[in-house]
Amino acid sequence: MALLEIENLTVQFETASGWFKAVDGVSLSVDEREVLAIVGESGSGKSVSMLAVMGLLPWTAKITADKMLFQGRDIRALSDGERRKLIGKDMAMIFQEPIASLNPCFTVGFQIEEVLRIHMGMGKRERRARAIELFTQVGLPNPAERLNHFPHQMSGGQCQRVMIAIAIACNPKLLIADEPTTALDVTIQKQILDLLMSLQAEHGMGLIMITHDMGVVAETADRVIVQYKGRKMEEADVLSLFEAPKNAYTRALLSALPENATGDRLSTVSDFMTADELAGGAR
Amino acid sequence: MTATTNNAVPMLEIRNIKQDYHVSQGLFKPEKVVHAVKGVSFKLDAGKTLAIVGESGCGKSTLARILTFIDEPTAGELLIEGKTVDTRPGHLTAEMRRKVQIVFQNPYGSLNPRQKIGDVLGEPLAINTKMSAAERRERATDMLVKVGLGPEHYNRYPHMFSGGQRQRIAIARALMLNPKLLVLDEPVSALDLSVQAQVLNLLADLQEEFGLTYVFISHDLSVVKYIADEVMVMYYGEAVEYGSREEVFADPKHEYTRTLFAATPRADVESIRARLARKQAVA
Repeated sequence: MALLEIENLTVQFETASGWFKAVDGVSLSVDEREVLAIVGESGSGKSVSMLAVMGLLPWTAKITADKMLFQGRDIRALSDGERRKLIGKDMAMIFQEPIASLNPCFTVGFQIEEVLRIHMGMGKRERRARAIELFTQVGLPNPAERLNHFPHQMSGGQCQRVMIAIAIACNPKLLIADEPTTALDVTIQKQILDLLMSLQAEHGMGLIMITHDMGVVAETADRVIVQYKGRKMEEADVLSLFEAPKNAYTRALLSALPENATGDRLSTVSDFMTADELAGGAR
Repeated sequence: MTATTNNAVPMLEIRNIKQDYHVSQGLFKPEKVVHAVKGVSFKLDAGKTLAIVGESGCGKSTLARILTFIDEPTAGELLIEGKTVDTRPGHLTAEMRRKVQIVFQNPYGSLNPRQKIGDVLGEPLAINTKMSAAERRERATDMLVKVGLGPEHYNRYPHMFSGGQRQRIAIARALMLNPKLLVLDEPVSALDLSVQAQVLNLLADLQEEFGLTYVFISHDLSVVKYIADEVMVMYYGEAVEYGSREEVFADPKHEYTRTLFAATPRADVESIRARLARKQAVA
């Protein structure tokens, strides 16, 4: 049984000119111990589909799907209370901007212990010990001292480590990482990706990696989904995607990488897709 | 450390440029001095591209501000076409200012939301030349076509454009006064992959057409490898590596450059195969 199974997911937002389909009929599944990368440019609906799974979209969004199962349970049928028990415990998410996603008014120690208190029901001493253990695990120096720091006292990479520590605090079955390294320098990106991969292997988590960076996909994924304008263009295992991309859009993305440049010019998407195909996808 | 053995007068030369910032530590504590740029020198010939690479906080944007006369350096000399520039406030000639222009990283922040595109492009002409309104309009319309937009965009506001289009507008604005040197501070970092390819192509075309000299600041090594003639790597305010693109990429001398190369994700089939093999071996 797949860990997360989604079939024909559609997310719509109401705009002045009618309903806008941000995600249009996307199906995907993730198994335990599997790394799935969802790759696409801005506006491809890659984040929105995962926010829909987490139940983090505003009530104005219209979400429909044939199937939305997590460990065989229908996510849509959950009451708010049941959902709160699931989110952050068995299913956790890391966001793009680490500094913005931590609460600036509380110490990072408070924020990680809050998760442990609510989901694990740990006592004060136990929480502190576990928080230190988690900070050590994600490679933060002086973990005991760090607990008393506020987010603004730390760098972007350190904040992202705190976010990861919070996300894995309850040993989730599924971790969704939404552009976890986009705001970070390459050397820090490397450290964070290595950390995520080793944690994933250690805990046997399912990991969904949302990214726009083909390099990150190549370094992490087992399987890849390419999205464009809310639609799934291609799904393949990582090697065949890079070796022999089937879809025109995937080919365009790969050849737009500066390292794949042939001659003087970089090829652009319009070299590969007709105007109709470019305008296609979600309406 | 010279990369060029050309006898012609270089377009831009800087000698031992230093920039210190004085940071207040509080009322009764002494000021702390931050050495943002610690004595950087280089020469750049006309029509060439120098890429400056480094992580956030390494002083690359500080250097960009010095090169465009926004900030006055603490020490050092700045020569344009062999002439020393007096960078003291009030001593800078209008001619010098016209010769050097800058394009910023974030096209959402660098355009005034209440100014029409036509006015954005016409303003440098209105300030620096005695052109009539009709002439300014004509020049602005021509420039819009050159950067791949159309005359119909003249009366629109920045919010009506996508990120890639806005960056084209920012480039058009920088080119209005026929500058010789263009400083590009992370011009494609905020853009999607396919849009990035289009903007890089545009920059290459414009360089050829106007004979521009570029100082290209970036943290993305694959972009640098594609666009640069010469590369300088900065680390904590120092230029740790400087040479032609071939030299730097083939034989990095400094430890930090090697770390940077090793951290850059590789998107070729061979590295994916190697990674999957490693993963198999562990499992």
